[in-house]
Amino acid sequence: MTEATAATAVGPIRAALVVALVTVGSLFLLVGTIGLLRLPNVYNRMHATTKATTLGAASVALAGFVYYGPGGDGLMSLVTVVFLFLTAPTGAHMISRAAQRMGIPFIEGASWPGETGSTPDEPADD
Amino acid sequence: MATDLAAALDVALQAALVVASGLTLFAGYRVIRGPTTPDRVVALDTIGTNVVAIAALYSMATAQGFFIDVSLVLAIIGFISTIAVARYVTEGDIIE
Repeated sequence: MTEATAATAVGPIRAALVVALVTVGSLFLLVGTIGLLRLPNVYNRMHATTKATTLGAASVALAGFVYYGPGGDGLMSLVTVVFLFLTAPTGAHMISRAAQRMGIPFIEGASWPGETGSTPDEPADD
Repeated sequence: MATDLAAALDVALQAALVVASGLTLFAGYRVIRGPTTPDRVVALDTIGTNVVAIAALYSMATAQGFFIDVSLVLAIIGFISTIAVARYVTEGDIIE
């Protein structure tokens, strides 16, 4: 704990913003990991963890931008935010397509939209 | 007032570090127990995301700016590894 020398360089408003962004980010990371552990299917798990990536980690990186200010390391944080927003949906799409090609079944009651015979026999929660 | 906010910032950063580290540990459960290969890939991707967040948080907690670069490089490596595994599973090889 001796190396915790944060907030020596930031003013009160930026410190409050960093606290808010870090709190929101860790909450989204928590929700994403709970979804990864609790949801029943690989597609449902991906639904949770992609939100954890785009909102949680990007929020933490945005806190880094607020902390370091524009230019230098803050600019690198902003690049991280843009990169996460670009790559997280792409990676999740690739994994879900790979899972579907491997033949991992959907959860009961779910199917492709718009295909003939795609309406499930009964609602999934009955 | 300013010292209060500085202390709150320290506490928030340390608490977020603890939360993110614990979540990384719990995501390892899905890596080990995940019934299918895409489950494991998704869990490893989540671990990579958490480590990106941990690097950014550590950079702020210790006021060392170059850990932001570590965060960005980890994000890039995580994306490339995810794409590589997805291509390997579907196509059979990565670079044909």
